[in-house]
Amino acid sequence: MNREALIEGWQEYRRSPVAVVALVVVVAIALLALLAPWIAPQDPYDQSALDLMDARLEPGSVGSGEYVHLLGTDNAGRDLLSAILYGLRLSLSIAVTAGVVALVVGTAIGLSAAYYGGWFGAVAMRIVDLQLSLPAILLALVLVAMLGQGVPQLMAALVAAQYAYFARTAFGAASAERRKDYVEAALSTPLSGARVLWRHLLPNTLPPLIVVVTVQIATAISLEATLSFLGLGLPITRPSLGLLIANGFQFMLSGRYWISVYPGIALMVTVLAINLVGDQLRQVINPRRRR
Amino acid sequence: MTGFLLGRLAQAVLVMLVMSVLVFLGVYAIGNPIDVLIDPAATQAMRAAIIRQYGLDLPLWQQYGHFLGNILHGDFGNSFVFRIPVLSLILSRLPATLELTVLALLIAAVLGVPLGIWAGYRPEARSSRAIMAFSTLGFSVPTFWIGLLLILFFSVELRWLPSGGRGPVGPLGLSIWTPEGWSYLLLPALNLSLFKLGLLVRLVRAGTEEVMGSEHVRFARAQGLPESQVVGLHVLKNIGIPIVTVFGLEFGSTLAFAVVTETVFNWPGMGKLVIESITSLDRPVMVAYLILVVLLFVVINLFVELTYGFLDPRVRAR
Repeated sequence: MNREALIEGWQEYRRSPVAVVALVVVVAIALLALLAPWIAPQDPYDQSALDLMDARLEPGSVGSGEYVHLLGTDNAGRDLLSAILYGLRLSLSIAVTAGVVALVVGTAIGLSAAYYGGWFGAVAMRIVDLQLSLPAILLALVLVAMLGQGVPQLMAALVAAQYAYFARTAFGAASAERRKDYVEAALSTPLSGARVLWRHLLPNTLPPLIVVVTVQIATAISLEATLSFLGLGLPITRPSLGLLIANGFQFMLSGRYWISVYPGIALMVTVLAINLVGDQLRQVINPRRRR
Repeated sequence: MTGFLLGRLAQAVLVMLVMSVLVFLGVYAIGNPIDVLIDPAATQAMRAAIIRQYGLDLPLWQQYGHFLGNILHGDFGNSFVFRIPVLSLILSRLPATLELTVLALLIAAVLGVPLGIWAGYRPEARSSRAIMAFSTLGFSVPTFWIGLLLILFFSVELRWLPSGGRGPVGPLGLSIWTPEGWSYLLLPALNLSLFKLGLLVRLVRAGTEEVMGSEHVRFARAQGLPESQVVGLHVLKNIGIPIVTVFGLEFGSTLAFAVVTETVFNWPGMGKLVIESITSLDRPVMVAYLILVVLLFVVINLFVELTYGFLDPRVRAR
């Protein structure tokens, strides 16, 4: 992709003010997550810093740390704002890592299936299609049940549940490119097959994959939150957003809404903003929409 | 047609076999069932006896053979927790999940199709943009979080509907016979439907937009048909088939997603059972649930593919 195409793409993207706002929100959330250790009032993972006297304080009250808990505290006395920032950091890092690994694995499978074809391509894509017919939540559930709890297990489950989307997209785009004349021309030169794959097929399959990666990162955040909510994700000592929500659920019925609601809003805004960006990217990249 | 049918049938059986191997290896071989089955305080002799009783001393392929043979006889073993046959345990929870899933899909269809047609019919209208924003919200926000918000709003704030559980059960194991049963059913069904609703609105809108631009709609208008007939007859007919197909496929995934909704609303269905079985390491229940769900998916996919083959000869040739 060259500079001009990027500028043109940006101008197309800019047409939707909602998408621009969503992009700003995504960048802001990413920054907050990155800078969490420096901007959070408290380290929520440091058990010794937690004081049970501070438990379930309402938003805006001052605890034993003598600072204002803007969003209140949870049942263990964690400052909720800090817990949300750290939770975002954890949720985002898991989702982004899983998304990128799934992108690499899935693209490799999809591209080689399109390039080599034959029985290898047929079998690989048949497996991918089979997996796509099963819902991701089910696959992730099964894998977490088999592998146990923890960050690496959770990531493995997310990658296994998501790579198929990339494989299918890469396969579709690369099969269409494979038949074009320039690829035939490149293959007729003494260039190696790997080089043709890398330099010609891959760059032309990238745009649709970028759309898929944004959507899949949003899905991964949702999935991770859902699994943690179901009690199959991460341990409570390092709460992700889903676990914070699950943890606050039991206090919701007694009117202490904030423990669950604020992490939930953070989760909702994050996923929605990423999806809106993905939607607009799809519009920009979709050749039918271009005029 | 017979060749096509046999080919697809063979593929479906192969898929089931592969899945059974994966589930067997995943659940029985990776984890150690002995630790779950046997009280740590048991003596060495008791351990050996139980290991022999469950056939855990046999080579892996023989264990798999037993496992497969039992399943084919409908014997999924006994639940470690409930001490009753797994199959009847799961089937006893089936009506609860089924009524939830069917109602959720009905809500999604009844709301989603008209909204989607409207959004596709007037794509630039303010109301259409609002519908599309709502649909993005519907499938962006995790189901469990919407469920919590529904409880917070309708149960805690307004006190209109109960926050969880299931009403009195009548004939066929369903709870739809009494108003009280409905009061419990409504919120979880709404919760489960929102994701599908978002999806369906998008699908119907895309279909409507495409059909509205086509020749035959222009021709129908040129004939002087009223708009209501153009949309009601020509558009609906043309988007009907793909919608029904996708909905057939979505039935299975809604059933799987019920896991989340059932946990949030404490709904005593299959999904809640499987989550409990995972946390309590009740392996036979996990295995049976997985095999049954995969079987359901394979059957639905097979059915859809056969329908395609029946409708479109080109599919058969492939």
